[in-house]
Amino acid sequence: MRQAAAPGPVLRAENLSRVLEGEVAAVLVREASVEVHPGEMVAIMGPSGSGKSSLLYLLGLLDRPTTGTIWLGGEDTSGFTDDQMARIRLEKLGFVFQFHFLLPEFTALDNVMLPMRRLGRLPEDEQRERARRLLAELGLEGHEHKRPGQLSGGQRQRVAIARAQANDPLVILADEPTGALDSHSSLVVRDTLKRLATEQGRAIIAVTHEPRFAEAADRIITIVDGMVQPEGTTF
Amino acid sequence: MKVLTRIALSHLLSRRRQTLVSLSGIVLGVGFFLGVSSLMRGSERDFIARLIDTQPHVTVSDEFRTNPLQPAERLYGAGAVELRNVKPRTETRGIRQYKQKLALIERLPGVRVAPVLVGQGIITFAGRDVGVTLSGIIPERMRGVSTIEEDMQEGRLEDLDANPNGIIIGRELANRYGIDMGDNLAVAAPSGQVRVLKVVGIFRTGNQSYDEGQAFAALKRVQAMMDRPNVANSFVLQLDDPMQARQAAARIEALIGYKAVSWQEANEDITSVLKVRNIIMYSVVSAILVVASFGIYNVISTVVLEKTRDIAILKSIGFNARDIRRIFLTEGLILGALGSVAGCALGWVIIYGLGKITLKPPGAVEPIQMPVYWGADQFVLAAAFAILSAVGAAYLPARKGGRVQPVDILRGAA
Repeated sequence: MRQAAAPGPVLRAENLSRVLEGEVAAVLVREASVEVHPGEMVAIMGPSGSGKSSLLYLLGLLDRPTTGTIWLGGEDTSGFTDDQMARIRLEKLGFVFQFHFLLPEFTALDNVMLPMRRLGRLPEDEQRERARRLLAELGLEGHEHKRPGQLSGGQRQRVAIARAQANDPLVILADEPTGALDSHSSLVVRDTLKRLATEQGRAIIAVTHEPRFAEAADRIITIVDGMVQPEGTTF
Repeated sequence: MKVLTRIALSHLLSRRRQTLVSLSGIVLGVGFFLGVSSLMRGSERDFIARLIDTQPHVTVSDEFRTNPLQPAERLYGAGAVELRNVKPRTETRGIRQYKQKLALIERLPGVRVAPVLVGQGIITFAGRDVGVTLSGIIPERMRGVSTIEEDMQEGRLEDLDANPNGIIIGRELANRYGIDMGDNLAVAAPSGQVRVLKVVGIFRTGNQSYDEGQAFAALKRVQAMMDRPNVANSFVLQLDDPMQARQAAARIEALIGYKAVSWQEANEDITSVLKVRNIIMYSVVSAILVVASFGIYNVISTVVLEKTRDIAILKSIGFNARDIRRIFLTEGLILGALGSVAGCALGWVIIYGLGKITLKPPGAVEPIQMPVYWGADQFVLAAAFAILSAVGAAYLPARKGGRVQPVDILRGAA
């Protein structure tokens, strides 16, 4: 389990812009600067098409900014190769998407073990044990050997959250994690993510449309037309 | 099991029917590859075995491969030497001091050698004349270098020792002129000598021209008839390993100076035809596997298309492009390896079946079995080629999979 919050931001982005080249260039994100601290849960909100997910993908090193710099754990990621970006995603980041995005042929346990297997730091037995514990912490004891198709939407999303924690990441990024869930499951997922921030000191960045989810966040970043708005702005 | 292999297996199992179809393509490809290869190489080996059996592995003749240098050329090799009106010296043909040279060759390991005096003779029987190649042999030595003993239909080779005026002829000659065992033949040698020789044996090799035009007599008798006492003009060699004939011939030629011709050199045209035939055969059977590999390309391409979302998930988790490529290349490898194993089993059955087929061509005395080759090398070749084709076929989809940008997929799914 991650220790108490360290001083300084765990993730910092300065002047991030993302422009999609084409016949007509589309600006997805404009000069966004963001800081996220350990133990903090940040919600990114904004109207549809405002660039929330694009900003999240940039912060999650899934996409490269056209301009701007991202520091993760104090490390400048600007010059990273694709392989280095993949490595840092594996070691320091965890992802939860709107649709669970679990491998359908693998059991819940195998899905959670996947990042650990790829990293290969722990022996197989310890990987299995850790995966079981993560699932149990999210109330999925007894469901380890079920495949995603045999689980409810909320359970699948909790498996995805367990997978996101597998390699003990600094930051968990969630893209509309409750977007496809009923209200009860949404609350469970929201509370789970909140608990990860408060109890485990992880930084949580979540794109959401839901005010109830945003209520639990420590901070809300509002983005409109790709631009991060001053704090306190609503849309 | 490694995580990439597990993912690869899960992909293949998720499309069981398509996987089985492409797998059966490889299995059939490898099976037929082996069937055809076994038959072609079996017939080649059968042909070569017959060639080796009916011919000496190495023949040393009383000739030189190149004309000897003139003394002036030897002395002033680096200078410009011009010789005019050079005429070859008339020499008595035959291998000089053949007994010493024979002893030198006999010292080589794995070599059996027999001296022969070969000349032309004319057999007169019942008022008819027929030209034959008359070989003077020492039966005991000849037995070690030739299969003629096994081809004797009547009499034995040793009968030439018992009867110095004996002659052994071929079945075709005997049939054509109505010659029987015990008949006396008048044999004229180029020296003008005519001897009456008694037929003490009849052989049949199956080679019609040989069986009609070859005759054997005792070496001393032929030497006397040819007026060339103590002369042999040819050595006939048999080796423990016939495939070493080329090297053995070169060594013997270096040792005694006379021209030594291996069976490979003597049949250069045939062996090159066999090589060309092999190239054609392997091109055709390899094409079967290449076609089969399109099935693998198809199934892996489909998997890549279907699993783009999974690829995006894996990449977002931290798998890199190389990992993704490896997953799909592993799928090709699995299909290739499984196809090879099952294909080798099928090939074994096909070869076994082919080996059981017997044919009786018109004119043949005994039924002939299909000549099949069981060598492990062709199994290794077929399996290696199948695996290589399968991995090759997987490469393009694997590369495509590796290039999937997770953001493009995640944006589309959101």
